[in-house]
Amino acid sequence: MKDRYNEIVMKHTPKEDVIKNALLVFLYGGILGAFSEFLLRCYVMWFNLPRKEAGVAVILTLIIIASILTALGVFDVCVSKLKSALIIPITGFAHSMTSAALEYRKEGLVLGIGANIFKLAGTVILYGIVSVYVFGIIRILIIGG
Amino acid sequence: MTRKFNNVYVADSYTIAGVYEKDGPIADYFDLVYDKDLYYGCDTFEKAEEKMLSNSISKLISHAKLIDSDVDYIISGDLENQIAASDYALRDFNIPFLGIFSACATFGEGLYLASNLIEGKMAKNIIVSTSSHNMAAEKQFRNPTEYGAPKKKTTTFTSTGAASMLVTSKKSRIKITSATCGIVQDKGITDVNNMGAVMAIAAADTLKRHLKDLNIKPDYYDLILTGDLGIYGKEILIEYMKDSGYDLSRNYNDCGLILYDRDKQNVFAGASGPSSSALTLSAYIIKEMLRGKYRKVLIVPTGAIFSPTRAFQKDSIPSIAHAISLEVSE
Repeated sequence: MKDRYNEIVMKHTPKEDVIKNALLVFLYGGILGAFSEFLLRCYVMWFNLPRKEAGVAVILTLIIIASILTALGVFDVCVSKLKSALIIPITGFAHSMTSAALEYRKEGLVLGIGANIFKLAGTVILYGIVSVYVFGIIRILIIGG
Repeated sequence: MTRKFNNVYVADSYTIAGVYEKDGPIADYFDLVYDKDLYYGCDTFEKAEEKMLSNSISKLISHAKLIDSDVDYIISGDLENQIAASDYALRDFNIPFLGIFSACATFGEGLYLASNLIEGKMAKNIIVSTSSHNMAAEKQFRNPTEYGAPKKKTTTFTSTGAASMLVTSKKSRIKITSATCGIVQDKGITDVNNMGAVMAIAAADTLKRHLKDLNIKPDYYDLILTGDLGIYGKEILIEYMKDSGYDLSRNYNDCGLILYDRDKQNVFAGASGPSSSALTLSAYIIKEMLRGKYRKVLIVPTGAIFSPTRAFQKDSIPSIAHAISLEVSE
């Protein structure tokens, strides 16, 4: 009978719209990318920055916007519409930290915000660093630095 | 097993609901709706849940024209760790307290215990309470409340509110006629975002035993309600029961689909949480029974009694459902 129940469960579990969501994310993520490039060129022009440093300024701008939208309670609503287009870029990283900080502020600065701010972002940092090492080593071995 | 009762009645109830419930189809039935925000005048969501629960109990006591010493027990539980909302709310009362946990089936367990105590003449007045808070539950079981990860279609939406019901030995128009205690079920499902599938089996088991013990068919009831299976869990239950020879297609619904309007509200598969069935029963069903719309109602609150720790360790999720039969007495 176990199998029969699980068959019924499978039958009545709706498929997620993977392709539709992927296309949406491609579109909105692309728009976000284009907006960043636009901002980058503006920064280069306005502040006379080299392209590399203007890039850092663009990232900071996106982080600030995402954090403010999170604090205003708007970001999660945007995610429900735009899906992972906002989660995968740096905006998602900022959002995960700001939302954790908001959540745990009642539990104190050290054991609340301090201990929990990387609750979701920690995994990105850990595996980010690990992959930087791994690919750095591969790079050195193959093209010598 | 199924217990039959001769002297157990529902005297009164008091319900408090929140922002999302206000936009639902049964908003007019609640005794109080706090729609300003989700904080209920407190500085944390946890305190807000505690205050809602405490208010629902005190308002019920005054509405029923009782004092604390008239109430033999309060049986209460909720979703917070250590059933904190109930524990903390009950500081305000000078009434013996029994804390229980059946996750979203808590109200069913409370009614089952209260009915047995009253039928056994061990108590005269018992208040059964429960509460849940969307944000407090979100924080505890999922992610930080403001974190917006894309959600699956089968996800349910924890309801915000508190309900208290006064169960008594004094005759009233609504009688609790029988109740079936749940048995823990587990079909090996590990998806915490598909609680309907986890819990439908518990509802099916309790429902089958209830009907068999009393030797009745589903059409004995004007309405059979599960607690919070959501739209997909409802479909699973109907088909699974059909396989076992029970037709639920005509008089069955799920409280999670009554509390919210899925077409207008962004609640995915429907409402969940202990207050899903408690609010629907205490506010809507009881009032409609008194008005004569329903005469015999079976409510089967369903609970996924899972621990987030065990779920992270990839364990499957156990579930339970208790059935309570209510009838309009002459």
